Amino acid sequence: MRGRACKDRRIAVADRNVFMQTVFSIAIDAVAYGMALFIICIGLSLTMGLMRVVNLAHGAFAMIAGYIASFAQRELGTGYAVAILLSILGTIVVSIPIERFLYRRIYGSPELTQVLMTIGITFCVIGITNYFFGPTLKTIPLPESLSEPVDLGFRAVAGHRLFVMACGLVVAAGLWFLIEKTAFGIRLRATVDNAGMADALGVRTQVVYAVSFAIAMGLAAFGGVVGAEFLPIEPYYALRYMVTFLVVVSVGGAGSIPGALLACLVLGTIDTTGRYLMPEFGNFFFYAAVIAIVCIFPRGLLGRAQ
Amino acid sequence: MRGSATSGRFADSRLLRDVVGVAAIAVAGAAGYWLFPDNLALLTRVIAVALLVLSLDLVVGYCGVATLGHAALYGAGAYAAGMACLRGVTEPMTLILIGAVAGAAAGLVMGTIMLRAHGLAQLVLSIALVQLAHEAANKASAYTGGSDGLAGFSPSPLFGTFVFDLWGRTAYLFGLALLIGVFILLKFVVASPFGMLCRGIKEDPVRIRAMGAFVFPVLLKMFVISGAVAGAGGALAALSTQVVGLDSVSFELSANSLVMLVLGGLGSLYGALVGTVIFMGFEHVVSAINPFHWMTMVGALLIAVVLVAPGGIGGLAGRLFPTMPAKGDDRGGRS
Repeated sequence: MRGRACKDRRIAVADRNVFMQTVFSIAIDAVAYGMALFIICIGLSLTMGLMRVVNLAHGAFAMIAGYIASFAQRELGTGYAVAILLSILGTIVVSIPIERFLYRRIYGSPELTQVLMTIGITFCVIGITNYFFGPTLKTIPLPESLSEPVDLGFRAVAGHRLFVMACGLVVAAGLWFLIEKTAFGIRLRATVDNAGMADALGVRTQVVYAVSFAIAMGLAAFGGVVGAEFLPIEPYYALRYMVTFLVVVSVGGAGSIPGALLACLVLGTIDTTGRYLMPEFGNFFFYAAVIAIVCIFPRGLLGRAQ
Repeated sequence: MRGSATSGRFADSRLLRDVVGVAAIAVAGAAGYWLFPDNLALLTRVIAVALLVLSLDLVVGYCGVATLGHAALYGAGAYAAGMACLRGVTEPMTLILIGAVAGAAAGLVMGTIMLRAHGLAQLVLSIALVQLAHEAANKASAYTGGSDGLAGFSPSPLFGTFVFDLWGRTAYLFGLALLIGVFILLKFVVASPFGMLCRGIKEDPVRIRAMGAFVFPVLLKMFVISGAVAGAGGALAALSTQVVGLDSVSFELSANSLVMLVLGGLGSLYGALVGTVIFMGFEHVVSAINPFHWMTMVGALLIAVVLVAPGGIGGLAGRLFPTMPAKGDDRGGRS
């Protein structure tokens, strides 16, 4: 009897261990995935909330960055960090003329116009990048220090997951500081609240828009490269994740940093849990949650009333 | 409109113009039949998608509701027709009717959910709905065939005599007749007081509400009509190809149909047809060479349309020939 009870307990303990391990690995993956989403989407949240542009081409810029990073590492032989820097710089350089000649014409246009223009830009980016770099899956090899598991004392976690989480937190804090505490942030908020008045008071709104756009594209680039483990860089990347990014931003509430963070973590958890436990349902729960949230909070979880 | 004589002449010229327009569609369709006898399957698909784009025009062009999820209605019609056909209802006209009813029901659901929101939330809801429908169709593989698609059904001959042949002749002519019938019906719908009310809502919903009209039921009604048209298109596609794939409920199809509509010109039924034919014709030719060239080209075209010709090809034609009566009541809303 006693031996049997002991065995039952051992099985129970083992079961609990397996259960805890599953919960833990789901949680780690969910948070890391959410953070990767956050880094990409926060840029879109800025363009949509502050500049009022529904930028469906956001993923296209992340894709450009992924292609540059992959090219830098595989063809030029640079390291991971250099590849990230190169891709951010490259993407910003590409985005400046696009902002100047295309986006500047659709600030303040109806949503449909913006959607069409940015879908057009997305198609062009997909066509042109694949013409130059070839239509294959682009890998961005991780450095050794990130691909090894890191021992946290009670569990080992893939280093890359921790790196992504840290990046997400740094981005969130940095942006918050930039918008709330710096002179540029004041100009940006003034321009958002009343562009005409800000202009009259000597704020160069065109420059503010251009700089914010460049920052948003830099974040897209950073997120695209760092999050390539979760959202692999492939020929139709910009189209495949276009909807995901847009949905995350509108769930969080455009323009809100905490909102975007919350939305990314919630949707990342729902998506990852769904994939672990019920993979045959695909994105079903993700979109069901999106519909529920958007119906209840039409301005997003933490969006401001307009 | 000073006197009844003027208004009578105006109505006459409008009627004449619509008769000429419908005749032109019939002639173009017949020309397609004689000129491309080897590509009738493609042409039938063009007709099916044209019905989808027409239905999208009702919602986007006439009501001003931006949606990127209209393929959900098309797919509902396609799957309903396919499933009914598998279960023994094989009469083609009945199948089209079943598709239209299913599309209308889907339109009712989609409209009820989407029309509560405005602006960005509305757009996101439409995308989420079509993605949800896509995942549901994928999951319910017992009914829909999942990612393999729904296949293995064959409709019985049209009117008991015309078999759906291998070359797609029957399907094409049937589709053409359906398109012309639907087009004439929609001409009446958009010219009716109800259609005018929809256009008024597009221009200024607050003012319409102040006039004492209820906005939501009117838009919902248009959504249901639009769903019926899209569902009929889906059913036609199911009948002609005898397979229903997951791509018929996809974001890609929704986005493409919107692109076709904008290319042709929003708020004009002719624009919807012209846009579809041009888009799918070019797609067929260019994407056979290199699909990425095709994407670049469509992207550049879209940007050009937004920057240069917000009224699409129809609007451009109206601007080039301002004396033509073509833009009388069909003036395309600026996108």
